[in-house]
Amino acid sequence: MAEVIVNGTSRPLAGTPVHRSALDFLRGLGLTGAKEGCAEGECGACSILVARPDGEGSAWTAVNSCLVPAAALDGQEVLTAEGLGTPEDLHPVQRELADRGGSQCGYCTPGFVCSMAAEYYRTGRHANGHHDHEHGPNGFDLHALSGNLCRCTGYRPIRDAAWALGDPDAGDPLALRRAQPAPTPASTRLADGVGEFVRPGSLDEALALVADHPGATVLAGATDLGVDVNLRGARPAYVVAVDRLPELRQIAVDDPIEIGAALTLSEVERGLDGAVPLLDQVWPQFASRLIRNAATIGGNLGTASPIGDLPPALLALEATVVLSSPGAEREVPLADYFTGYRETRLRPGELIRSIRVPRPLATLTAFHKVAKRRYDDISSVAVAVALDVVDGVVTRARIGLGGVAATPLRALATEAALEGRPWMEATVEQAATVLAAEGTPMDDHRASAAYRAAMLGQSLRRTWAEVPA
Amino acid sequence: MSAVTTTPQAVGLPLPHESAALHVTGTALFTDDLVLRLPGVLHAHPVQSPHAHARVSRLDVAPAYDVPGVVRVLTADDVPGLNDAGTRHDEPLFPTEVMYHGHAVCWVLGDTLEAARLGSAAVVVDYEELPAIVGVRDAIAAASFQGAQPTVARGDVEAALVGAAHVFSGVTEMAGQEHFYLETHASVAVVDESGQVFVQSSTQHPTETQEVVAHVLGRASHEVTVQCLRMGGGFGGKEMQPHGYAAVAALGATLTGRPVRVRLTRQQDITMTGKRHGFHATWQVGFDDQGCLQALDVTLTADGGWSLDLSEPVLARALCHVDNAYFIPHFRAHGRIAQTHKTSSTAFRGFGGPQGMLVVEDVLGRCAPLLGVDATQLRRRNLYTPGQATPYGQEVRHAERAGLTWDQVVADGRVRERLAEIEAFNAAHPHTKRGLAVTPVKFGIAFNFTAFNQAGALVHVYKDGSVLINHGGTEMGQGLHTKMIQVAATALGVPLDRVRLAPTRTDKVPNTSATAASSGADLNGGAVKDACEQILARLDGIPGDTWEERVGAAYLQRVQLWAAGFYRTEGLHWDPATMTGHPFKYFAYGAAAAEVEVDGFTGSYTTRRVDIVHDVGDSLSPLVDLGQIEGGFVQGTGWLTLEDLRWDDADGRLLTHAASTYKLPSLSEMPPELHVALLPHAHEDGVVHGSKAVGEPPLMLAFSVREALRQAAAAFGPPGTSVELASPATPEAVYWALEKARTATQVVT
Repeated sequence: MAEVIVNGTSRPLAGTPVHRSALDFLRGLGLTGAKEGCAEGECGACSILVARPDGEGSAWTAVNSCLVPAAALDGQEVLTAEGLGTPEDLHPVQRELADRGGSQCGYCTPGFVCSMAAEYYRTGRHANGHHDHEHGPNGFDLHALSGNLCRCTGYRPIRDAAWALGDPDAGDPLALRRAQPAPTPASTRLADGVGEFVRPGSLDEALALVADHPGATVLAGATDLGVDVNLRGARPAYVVAVDRLPELRQIAVDDPIEIGAALTLSEVERGLDGAVPLLDQVWPQFASRLIRNAATIGGNLGTASPIGDLPPALLALEATVVLSSPGAEREVPLADYFTGYRETRLRPGELIRSIRVPRPLATLTAFHKVAKRRYDDISSVAVAVALDVVDGVVTRARIGLGGVAATPLRALATEAALEGRPWMEATVEQAATVLAAEGTPMDDHRASAAYRAAMLGQSLRRTWAEVPA
Repeated sequence: MSAVTTTPQAVGLPLPHESAALHVTGTALFTDDLVLRLPGVLHAHPVQSPHAHARVSRLDVAPAYDVPGVVRVLTADDVPGLNDAGTRHDEPLFPTEVMYHGHAVCWVLGDTLEAARLGSAAVVVDYEELPAIVGVRDAIAAASFQGAQPTVARGDVEAALVGAAHVFSGVTEMAGQEHFYLETHASVAVVDESGQVFVQSSTQHPTETQEVVAHVLGRASHEVTVQCLRMGGGFGGKEMQPHGYAAVAALGATLTGRPVRVRLTRQQDITMTGKRHGFHATWQVGFDDQGCLQALDVTLTADGGWSLDLSEPVLARALCHVDNAYFIPHFRAHGRIAQTHKTSSTAFRGFGGPQGMLVVEDVLGRCAPLLGVDATQLRRRNLYTPGQATPYGQEVRHAERAGLTWDQVVADGRVRERLAEIEAFNAAHPHTKRGLAVTPVKFGIAFNFTAFNQAGALVHVYKDGSVLINHGGTEMGQGLHTKMIQVAATALGVPLDRVRLAPTRTDKVPNTSATAASSGADLNGGAVKDACEQILARLDGIPGDTWEERVGAAYLQRVQLWAAGFYRTEGLHWDPATMTGHPFKYFAYGAAAAEVEVDGFTGSYTTRRVDIVHDVGDSLSPLVDLGQIEGGFVQGTGWLTLEDLRWDDADGRLLTHAASTYKLPSLSEMPPELHVALLPHAHEDGVVHGSKAVGEPPLMLAFSVREALRQAAAAFGPPGTSVELASPATPEAVYWALEKARTATQVVT
């Protein structure tokens, strides 16, 4: 029977509408901690903790409960602020926030508590002597809170609360829980008069379902679909959840590097562990930790947004996409994959299985994202640069662009203007002029077309300034 | 004070928020959290206009009733009283002429929110489109104005400008700001067993919500009770804006007999509710050879949006704050309110003050290089000194604090040394420049409209000695309830845990003013203290070793153990005809020094360090006040740098209508170094425990960031470059500013 373990208690899913968010499901249980602030994964007021796989054990992982359908939590263990502590017996995270003035109006606070608790329980968070403006003396990475907005405090007391946290007590049951595996994904089938939610157990089963249901909506992290459901009234008739399929969750740091499509961006970051320096520049700028804990690399390519941050980097890395269909598989270069605004060469019945990044990696890489806000904003322009410079000459140039056309694209003219030329200021200046004319940037509420074009050119000048010959 | 108590004084203790333990455990209830406690509750969804300006030529609600679960559609025909969501009679609750994109035409009630949503999509509305004016410049060109057009004036501006050594003129424009309280507007209404309408609302102004609900229902105020548990942020956005939503809930409850919940989604909230006024200003300024301001002539145009709402008092406060902390002997500020087809602009922390002050800070920031004077010196030189008066004729009480806060922030922040360090850094870094600026704040405290400066409280002492207080102010996170508990505990001489505070309700304390104008603690603190002192006076001479014994003995002697307290601010007067008088009880002072670093490739920037010295009088609650200062500062920084309301000038649609497109400050905008000091020896006579209001003034400390960005952008050009900076100073705006400064280099070399 479908159920969710909420704060240690089994809660049946039966009767829950297919498109009901986890947030509304929890609030319907009388739990008022998770709150709706934006319904699109931008504010974090709905943050909850989910026990997710982490190696042999599990990690308390913070996600936006407004985006994930309740049905997707079938069989999962969930914690809300109420499950961490009570007013009479506060959790250490709650104690620090309360005592230090970390709450004013209190509406965003339970969400901050959950995001902060996830970092509190992060395996590997230790006082390590490294302390800067984003990392506390206790190893607390402020990026853990990048998806939580507070309108009252100005954040300083929240930061101080985070940095004052010690290590969990030896007997802390939530800390001990991490040694056990996360719940295995359930085979879920939930239907109401509006739609049906199915979680298959294997890739073959998923491919069969997708083949049998033309127009089926494939769900991974729900960070895009959840927004469509909440804000645009999308009510897909048939949803196939692929985010826990073991076949899509492998990672191999080999040649090529192969990344399973259903790995979350946080899992990819952990799994690569620095193997692709260009991507390490992307992660902290990609949405927020809450989103990266849910969004998958395959989903990012599946939605094919022209303003996604990952495609420019993967284009510069000359990545390919492995597409599975019943009994068949094909590999498409990412540069050929995007065909139009949110259109790709993905055929009906196909699923993205993995992403491959060929070796050797370029020796000089840079990722420049231009946005209004540093954490958790959408690019006006994103530029990824991957160059090989041998004996002072650019032997290979690959540049991926986002935000300047209906699709992510390669800056082919700029690449040509760089290859075979000496890596020197004059070359950069000339190529920057070429780059500023690539794509067809538009005026919109994020930036003017003129600024976008200027930022293209500037990205190359900046690359030069940062990594001169 | 009671002579027998030995309880340490609660006022002045750095206490956490009184609800902090509830906040962090998710158990603090907000209005929408009550829904589960209301069996049979109906959910409301609006039908929003797709046009900025149109006549509703046909409204067919019948199709909505075909949607399963739709219970009722509310239209103008259902209104038994006045079809009016406000107090100026220019905001029909159910309009026949829609005045902005997103304007709600009618509301659908359903058993579920989904049913109400689908029902609202089924309603058929035919519109006859009418011409729309969206931008404030278009409104000025078309002379589309509403309301009063007052002028604050002193001296002979024309003659002073003729005689000034240096005269400059310019235009300054600034955008509005979305409140983005994390809790959107919410109201739930029930009709109780005696027929009374009980509305729980996220409102800063329960009395006015009550009055609007009453006039919509055609009932007297005593038939309607409004309660506000707490708000998930208000910032002025819930001062006048909640009334219509409360009225929809109340109307639905009376018509259906079922509880009705109105909770706006974020997109509905942003597209339907009012925001901070954007302003347009033209100015002419004269300086003498020493850089002292001689004359300023300004025309301010507030973008009022579609209705008057609070635009007139906002404009009045703007006109009274153009001087900020500077003495300007000859002064004229003329104001007007544009009518545009956008959401109605409303109160927002600072209430016009920030917009008025931005003008003079922009003037000084732009003119300093043209005068050949360092901007920091120019500002310091023009600060008010004791004995001077504002242009509207009020003596600047404690004017020396403008200089004191300034000098302390300059000293504590090592401003002189750091300016030299920055000069060296900039010389060594062609692609990165730093800037450091100091700006002052002088902000008048009290409602400009004198009658609002009153408050009430109800204090009960029970036989066991426990104390229950009610007052007219609302809690929106600013810590008012925390302060009121401290005031009551101090006044009665009891421990803090003997005092409980009950939610704000109009049947406990009537005829209250909005919790606004930073005055919540001044006014309600006065009223709570008055009530406590009445009780104490009655206890005088009653024997007993402990508070509890005295209370018990008093009861047996038939002494009244509860009291209604009242407070009105003395000494205020204001003549709106001449725009002169003594509108403010006192001024709150502050100064901030901010250092920024700008990336020359993109215009993006970080705030490296901020130092603040702020005058809160004798703090009632230092941790609360610190939170107001820091939070206000960051919110002001958001307004000035990041938060970018963009409207489609053609169809009046708000393009930044969601959290994904409207960006408020996140942790990444918090200055890594933020030093806040409270001005010492700042006792304010005549205010509760010598304290000062703190809600709004710190927001304007954020001008230091904007001016630092100007300095940094200028550093990309030759010395003496005057930089014009858009507001908000987004990375793109800063990029174009520094590009212009760079071009200036090329012209010179």
